[in-house]
Amino acid sequence: MRINDVILRTVVKVVVFIILTLGVSLFFSGHHAPGGGFIGGLVLASGIILLYITYDIETVQRKMPVDFKKVAALGVLIAVGTGLLSIYFNFPFLSHTDGYYQFPFIGEKHLTTVTLFEAGVALTVIGTIVTMILSISEDE
Amino acid sequence: MTVDVFIVLIPFIFAMLIPIFHRYIQKRHIGWFVTAVSLVLFILLTTYIPRISNGEVITFTHEWIPSLGINFTTYLDGLSLVFSLLITGIGSLVGLYSIFYLSKSEQLYHFYCYLLLFMGAMLGVVLSDNLLVLYGFWELTSVSSFLLIAFWHHRKASRAGARKSMLITVAGGISMLAGFLMLYEMAGTLSIREIIEKVDLIQDSALFVPTLVLILLGAFTKSAQFPFYIWLPDAMEAPTPVSAYLHSATMVKAGIYLVARFTPIFGSEAIWFWLVTGVGLFTLFWGSFNAVKQVDLKALLAFSTVSQLGLIMSLLGMGSVAIYLGYSAETMIYTQAAFAAIFHLINHSTFKGALFMMVGIIDHELGTRDIRRLGGLMSFMPLTFTIALIGSLSMAGLPPFNGFLSKEMFFAATLHIHDASVFSLDYIGILIPIIAWVASVFTFIYCLIIVGKTFFGDVKSHLLDKHPHEAPIGMLISPYILIVLVVGIFFFPNLLGQYILRPAMASIYPSFSSIEELTPTIHAWHGFSPELWMTIFVIIAGILLYRLLKYWKQIYRVFPQKFSLNTLFNNGITLSESLSHRFTIRYMTGNLTDYFVYIFLVFLIIVGGYFLYADVFSWSPIQHEMLEVFEIVLILIAIVSAVGILFAKSRITIVFLSSVLGYSVAFFFIVFRAPDLALTQLVVESVSTVLFLICFRHLPEIKKELEPKSKKIRNLFISLTMGATVTFVGFAVLYYEKFMTISNYFNDSYELAGGKNIVNTILGDFRAFDTMLEVVVLFIAGLGVYTLIKLKAKGGGTDAN
Repeated sequence: MRINDVILRTVVKVVVFIILTLGVSLFFSGHHAPGGGFIGGLVLASGIILLYITYDIETVQRKMPVDFKKVAALGVLIAVGTGLLSIYFNFPFLSHTDGYYQFPFIGEKHLTTVTLFEAGVALTVIGTIVTMILSISEDE
Repeated sequence: MTVDVFIVLIPFIFAMLIPIFHRYIQKRHIGWFVTAVSLVLFILLTTYIPRISNGEVITFTHEWIPSLGINFTTYLDGLSLVFSLLITGIGSLVGLYSIFYLSKSEQLYHFYCYLLLFMGAMLGVVLSDNLLVLYGFWELTSVSSFLLIAFWHHRKASRAGARKSMLITVAGGISMLAGFLMLYEMAGTLSIREIIEKVDLIQDSALFVPTLVLILLGAFTKSAQFPFYIWLPDAMEAPTPVSAYLHSATMVKAGIYLVARFTPIFGSEAIWFWLVTGVGLFTLFWGSFNAVKQVDLKALLAFSTVSQLGLIMSLLGMGSVAIYLGYSAETMIYTQAAFAAIFHLINHSTFKGALFMMVGIIDHELGTRDIRRLGGLMSFMPLTFTIALIGSLSMAGLPPFNGFLSKEMFFAATLHIHDASVFSLDYIGILIPIIAWVASVFTFIYCLIIVGKTFFGDVKSHLLDKHPHEAPIGMLISPYILIVLVVGIFFFPNLLGQYILRPAMASIYPSFSSIEELTPTIHAWHGFSPELWMTIFVIIAGILLYRLLKYWKQIYRVFPQKFSLNTLFNNGITLSESLSHRFTIRYMTGNLTDYFVYIFLVFLIIVGGYFLYADVFSWSPIQHEMLEVFEIVLILIAIVSAVGILFAKSRITIVFLSSVLGYSVAFFFIVFRAPDLALTQLVVESVSTVLFLICFRHLPEIKKELEPKSKKIRNLFISLTMGATVTFVGFAVLYYEKFMTISNYFNDSYELAGGKNIVNTILGDFRAFDTMLEVVVLFIAGLGVYTLIKLKAKGGGTDAN
């Protein structure tokens, strides 16, 4: 798939970073404001898909050699693993905890173990969606 | 976390490590690795023996799903210890043996992964206290056994045998699950220990007998009792180490374990006694009778296992009489039956394990197990011959081997059972020793066949592919350890009785106060008692009948192949396949419209039906709100695009119109202040539009559907009702109060989950299990799409190699 669209390419170079930043920000703000693992993952995935659409698959794969099937698998492992971790501390499966911590420079922050679980969700969403779209579009 | 939890978990952890690290270790070493794991577990378990024999019980509880009463409780008592020791002990011997048995070119890491999986599952079965956890492990043993039987999956017989064993044991397992749930219904707890304490409470329940039967079905299918035994001979398609391990020493004994474990609950019921004893005795007879006609050594051992399992089962049944009668000096003879059951269980594992390994050696060195082609191997394979001789004589119940001791106790139990004037035993009970004696004669005959036809007589070298020679030393270590045990247990049986069997008795008879008195001292010589005369006559009759074998072998022709249980099973499978095929092609039409009709009909019947039934359909539009102009515009856009889809002629129009509809819904969410939903909807809509456009060029042009008018009217009716139902349900839920309100999440989300975003705290904390499974589903769906497309791209590969 060769596209020669200068405007699209120029815009995407900037926009992709905005989308990816938005995705990360949505992911982290999930606990107190709209966002979270699923939406964050979706936004990140759509940013990656935009890259694939603008440049051809081979170019992106060369610059970003990531196997998205493995990303999805990693996500599932993290999501299940955080559940198992709570067993290690002798809590029921999938128990979560949170707390407020003081950090240098950025001040007090609210940290939760749910974020780890959500990271698993996000990675699965990214991995699965990109895998699906790539496998459909690669099919010649 | 105590050590006994890790005993269950360690095999699973190492099973997970094998697929990851097998590339970095040499193939042979995986076997050593597995042997080491089970040996370490075995040694760990032996350290518990002093504590357990003092009457201690080691428990550990982890609250798993406390809201449903499902806790991961391990429970190490005498009975669990016997089985755990067998599982890990025989497991390490089999691991050692398999290193030399399996060729290096096999996919060894699969084999050892399944083997560890099985070991963990089996330990889970005998150590869990929670019924549902036990059930989970129970089915996992079926699954891992399936994988192991089908290890040589290029062979059709292996696949068929694996399927057969899976179908029968899983069917039994499901009936057992139903029994467990009924037990839960009666006792109100899933913990076996607590149920045993409440036994008086549940005995009067109407569900008591059905529960008993359902649970026994699970035990009988697993332990290959008549008529479910048919899977066991077919399971012999597995590699011999697997047969030795799963199909003689451990998995098939899970049913025995279950019966022993539930004896305190059900033991006082007459049906329990008759089912367990009756089925056990008949299986004992039928297995030994059929073993005699086998020509394949492994099949012969399979039937012999069936018959020996029947023996143990019937002993447990006879032991349950003591529960009915209560503790007294007279009931000691019945508790001894249960004692003999556990004793014979251990003995059987030792001699049958050795015999299976012996057959494996013959198969490995000569390339055949057919007794018609074997003979005169004694001078070529003296070491293997020793194993076969000691193993067989122990199985036949001769001194000085351990089988003799437990067999004598079995005879003693059968002779005394009709003294109990309960369950109308004083009449029918007289049959029990007769069946036992006849079965023992057949047992004696097939033991003679194993030794006689294989090792005596002339060498038929013209029928053999290889020149007979002794096995490599590595394959001989494990069976030799076992036959040393066979002899050792004969000379020091009370050591075993004191430290291993007595605590197990305490688990079977928890309500009896002085277990010390209940455990007999085992004597090798007990005078010229009736049971010894029974053994002597078994030997005489056995030798006579073995000599005359060719004259009376004709009686096996009486049972034609056509009426056998196997034929019945195969016909059942064929029939159910053709029935389900005929049923499935009716509704799986491949037409998307039909599938939507099913979905909508189910929705209409369940949701619409419920709202009609509860009489809560209401028309109460919100009155005090005026619609803004842009809301009206949004509604119009949504309506126009939705209706437009129906009349669109080309696919691209449909794609765009549905995108418009999707985006307008997203705007609705913004208007109604649901930013989470709006964001999700926007991104999902964009991604799916992209997907549509990518797929676009693969899709054919829309064809005009030519459907009969009746079908069109039906579809119109269904879609209108569907729309109306959704609309009315939307209005009705505003004022509906019968379901639990979700508003407590508003309060809990900050205090319990520490988050201000309620949607996310629900997804990540309160309903995290759902979310986790959804993630898994998403992943599987993605893999599904990937495989489907990649397989098609590779030229429609018919075989998924």
